[in-house]
Amino acid sequence: MKKHHVSTTINGDEVDFLCETSETLLDVLRDHLHLTGAKEGCGTGDCGACSVTLDGVLVCSCLVLGVEAEGKEIETIEGMADGDELHPLQRKFVEHIALQCGICTPGLLISARSLLEKNPNPTEEEVRFGLAGNLCRCTGYQNIIEAVMDAAQEMRGA
Amino acid sequence: MGMKPSPFGTQIPYEEKELKVVGSNPEARPDAVDKVTGKARYAADINLPGQLTGKVLRSPHAHARIKSIDASEAEKLKGVKAVICRDDLPDMPVMHAAAGEIMVNFRDVTRTIMAREKALFDGHPVAAVAATSESIAKAALKLIKVEYEVLPHVIDVVDAMKPDAPLLHEDQITKGVEPTPEKPSNIAAQMVSKLGDIEEGFEQADLVVEREFNTKAAHQGYIEPHASLAIYTEGGNAEVWTSTQGHFLIRAQIAEILEMDISRVKVTPAELGGGFGGKNMIYLEPLAIVLSKKSGRPVKMVMTRDEVFRASGPTSGTNIIIKIGITKGGKITAAQAILNYQSGCFPGSSLPLCTPTAFTRYDIANVLVIGNDVTCNRPKVTAYRSPGAPMIAFGVETVMDEIAEELNIDRLEIRLMNAAKEGTQTHFGPKLGPIGFIETLEAAKAHNHMKEKLGPNQGRGIATGFWNTLGMETSATLNVNQDGTASLIYGTVDVAGGMRTAYSQIVAEELGIPFKKVRAIQSDTSSLGFNFTTAGSRGTAAGGMAAVKASRDAITRMCEVAARIWEVELDQVVWEDGHARPASSNVGEFEPLSLAEIAMKAGFYGGTIAGHAEINVTGGGPGFGTHLVDVEVDRETGAVKLLRYTIIQDAGKAVFPEYVKAQFHGAAVQGIGLALNEEYIYDENGVMANPGFLDYRMPVASDIPVIDTQIVEVPNPNHPYGIRGVGEVPIIPPLAAISNAIYDAVGIRMRDHPMSPPKVLAALDEAAPATAAE
Amino acid sequence: MTEMKYEVPTSLDDAVALLADGKGNAKVLAGGTDVLVQMHMDLIEPDLIVDIKNISELRQITKEKDGYRFGAAVSGVELMDHEDFCQTWPGIMDGVSLIGSLQVKGRASVGGNVCNASPAADSVPAMIAAGATATIVGPKGKRDIPVEEIATGPGQTSLEDGEIVVSFFLPNSAPGTGGAYQRFTPRTEMDIAVVGVGISLTLGDDGVCSSAKVALGAVAATALIAEAAAAALVGTKVDKAALDNLAAAASAACKPIDDKRGTKEYRIKVAGVLARRVALIALERALGGKE
Repeated sequence: MKKHHVSTTINGDEVDFLCETSETLLDVLRDHLHLTGAKEGCGTGDCGACSVTLDGVLVCSCLVLGVEAEGKEIETIEGMADGDELHPLQRKFVEHIALQCGICTPGLLISARSLLEKNPNPTEEEVRFGLAGNLCRCTGYQNIIEAVMDAAQEMRGA
Repeated sequence: MGMKPSPFGTQIPYEEKELKVVGSNPEARPDAVDKVTGKARYAADINLPGQLTGKVLRSPHAHARIKSIDASEAEKLKGVKAVICRDDLPDMPVMHAAAGEIMVNFRDVTRTIMAREKALFDGHPVAAVAATSESIAKAALKLIKVEYEVLPHVIDVVDAMKPDAPLLHEDQITKGVEPTPEKPSNIAAQMVSKLGDIEEGFEQADLVVEREFNTKAAHQGYIEPHASLAIYTEGGNAEVWTSTQGHFLIRAQIAEILEMDISRVKVTPAELGGGFGGKNMIYLEPLAIVLSKKSGRPVKMVMTRDEVFRASGPTSGTNIIIKIGITKGGKITAAQAILNYQSGCFPGSSLPLCTPTAFTRYDIANVLVIGNDVTCNRPKVTAYRSPGAPMIAFGVETVMDEIAEELNIDRLEIRLMNAAKEGTQTHFGPKLGPIGFIETLEAAKAHNHMKEKLGPNQGRGIATGFWNTLGMETSATLNVNQDGTASLIYGTVDVAGGMRTAYSQIVAEELGIPFKKVRAIQSDTSSLGFNFTTAGSRGTAAGGMAAVKASRDAITRMCEVAARIWEVELDQVVWEDGHARPASSNVGEFEPLSLAEIAMKAGFYGGTIAGHAEINVTGGGPGFGTHLVDVEVDRETGAVKLLRYTIIQDAGKAVFPEYVKAQFHGAAVQGIGLALNEEYIYDENGVMANPGFLDYRMPVASDIPVIDTQIVEVPNPNHPYGIRGVGEVPIIPPLAAISNAIYDAVGIRMRDHPMSPPKVLAALDEAAPATAAE
Repeated sequence: MTEMKYEVPTSLDDAVALLADGKGNAKVLAGGTDVLVQMHMDLIEPDLIVDIKNISELRQITKEKDGYRFGAAVSGVELMDHEDFCQTWPGIMDGVSLIGSLQVKGRASVGGNVCNASPAADSVPAMIAAGATATIVGPKGKRDIPVEEIATGPGQTSLEDGEIVVSFFLPNSAPGTGGAYQRFTPRTEMDIAVVGVGISLTLGDDGVCSSAKVALGAVAATALIAEAAAAALVGTKVDKAALDNLAAAASAACKPIDDKRGTKEYRIKVAGVLARRVALIALERALGGKE
């Protein structure tokens, strides 16, 4: 099967890959580039476990074709920490026990980062609605919401 | 629960002592950083060189005889390396074994993973392929020709019990009924649990209330689909990396199904992306091994979400009739439950596990529980967090409220008046030891949640739950390393990070070294003896007891080293605060030896230090909880909004308190989802209509209110740290609590699950057609 | 195995030519939030994917003399980030902001939402109520049609082979106009409308409703225009009696089915309830001079 040659930037690195038309960006990240931080929970955009940003916009990578990534900048969970230094959201997720099994965690962190970029001082309700695209089955969301609120406060420098 | 405790089991009495590590929250959980950086490796994240992609062809019919399977065209497709169907798996005789909390029959297991004579549910595997890419594998599935003879099907449990219902198994005669029925039926077995004289009990009652409840099947809803990677080597060995709660059970099932020696199968459990009871069974593993054997290459198989819903998981849908008799003074004299449970396509619902929970929160002299295990054209049910218990509590706790109202007794008081306590005789056998049920009710009474004012169309619900803690086979090895650190190899799969943290805390406490000097590492099946699966809330309790035993074994070895260094007898050395010390001043003037010093010298003084535990844990402590919920009902749409939620539960001893609370949150929200919107929906052809997260409506963050938690600690007397299992109890009360809150808000009793907007609105209209038109 | 091709035309002419060549088994890709799901579920197997996101006409939001025009491939998030558009068209944005999660709206477009032709599409009722038209380009040239004429049934559109929706035009509304959309779903988010109601109404200087348009989603094979429901508002001050009549007429207009998302009876009842609630929001906005 003929494949497309795609040149893209992932977490700041220039990356080339080959993919079939039917392969999603998530397939490419996980199966071709071995960036397995984004997870496939549903493949239909209903769980948010595969969340990444595409040119700064939060998307489900299962709903983007790999070939559409040509010339784009992609950010995944693998690029969230700065070396050993965790992003404040990552740190607060650890502190607040905002994760259990952890399968939804990368997607939630990417979503939460996007949320706080747009709205650095959200209400609890705004966080709950803003993260509604990310299913979590372990935590009941309570500690996730607390972690995001706490991280927002820290990131505002309050 | 449900399984007989071993008479040769291990119990270690509760030791009341000052604790340094256990009971406080460690700074960082060992699994957390890998999980927030995307580095934790789940089964679908693991790859081997040269691996193929495996996909399963599934029946589109709910019930059909498989007349023929022709895979010749698929085999010819370029890139296809193996195709398998029923002929590639050996048939199995009737043979029973425990798979997690549920018993399985290998004759049925092999038919569940690959249909033989008949396809018994929509999604039943009929063939599998391995190919060089996913797109080729999917194309190959379309080339497999299966000839079906479609048969009448039955989905609903009540329908399946009717005498003229289509039969799934033409030779199935109900077990447990005297005299043995002559005609086959879908009722696979009847189970009875009784205490006292039920007739007499109802005669003593001044008020008897009997109500019928129906609940739909629901899925565990783990976000990680089942995934397995397998390689079969020419030497006849199989190695598997998989998403499971119990790798030793998976190994045993694989070996049995594929007629291999257990020693030839090695299973490594990957980081688990949620299980909740649904990952104790083989689905993909044997198929991946057989495909690997046939193709000579590693094979990776990952289910789609659609496959997860259609072919794994669900808990039973049920039909339940609850009857309770009570005196005017508020003393329950008799309680009866009839439990009709879907088992799915083969026998084996959660009835043996949940029957004991029916009335065990209350001290009742006369009890009768009758359970019917009913086959129907659905995937074989598996365990789901306190399997089957939330549905019984839905009935019992709703009837408790109804009785309280009728007798004009406060809802918490009526529960307190009848509450089980130490010495209460259960209807399933033992008398209860010290438990914390009354403490949870008293805490609920005193909670500030009870003082919050409610507005119009708002109501408060109360409900309680009970689940026992399983023990079973548990193994662990504690290696004391040369640098004074300790590595605990544990065999009970850590399902979400809390267990390995708690084990490390326990080892640190036992050895007297800092938490960060201990690392708990998940074993594969080759590095420890058999461990039972993570089920029945046993993880921290049973695994923790093994950690204690292994630690104490290692301490003995360290004391031996100290005795050799000091040239004294072993009984002249004691272990205190991370050091070997002379037992008394009579032994001699020796400087205490630290764990690190001993570890460094151990090689010369007898050899490496390790401690072991290979035990069968018994004496798991029963757990009890009480929940409070406030709701607001939209009378025009039937929508139920949760306003506030409070969970109070006896944890015995919370090793890692914040994590215990997190478990409470998660379980309760699963219960909330179950209560409000989650249900399996089938169309008229018996095909699942909502096999995806869009229409199988699990709660999203904006559906959930702030949750309060309160831990009660009444130590389990049979555990050195007093631990009780905590993971399952909190999913039990929400169904009933929300039903009771809806009644409190708008005066309707919801007895049909889920309490979704159309059902609530219909009930409101039925109760008061005039007001609904407002 | 047939190969699935992928093309990214940069002009409308190229896109039309590719689609016309595709002979019906070509699929237009905008945000992809429906197309990729259908591919994942094996519901469609196109031979050709035509990605229209690199065609500038499809990506612009422009204020024109007579109204607002936005490209069919503009994403939900792009609309949500366009302050003036959001202020001018709060009713449209009620619908757009309900198309899936933030992740989905990062990709999903109104063009896709309309052309996917789901009766439950959240952007459609408010667009119909606002009198939106669609500009369509195809092998035979360009045509403008009302939005309600695109979907002809679930998954079916009136578009011919080679035709694509380029943009939507929202004509300036009269002073005193307010628009709103709400849907009912069992969950608070991440759900499909069981019923959706879009209403646009205009008040005269005397506070009397001079014109109204009511569109209902998820209660028939396509979004419905409920003329009797609109008539119930016209000539009234949108008082209780008018709202009662509106609710009854909205319920009466429904031709729903029973499915996994709701029963007929439930949909009929909730359509009336929502119509009342949406009319009140539209009224408030009309009084505030919006839309």
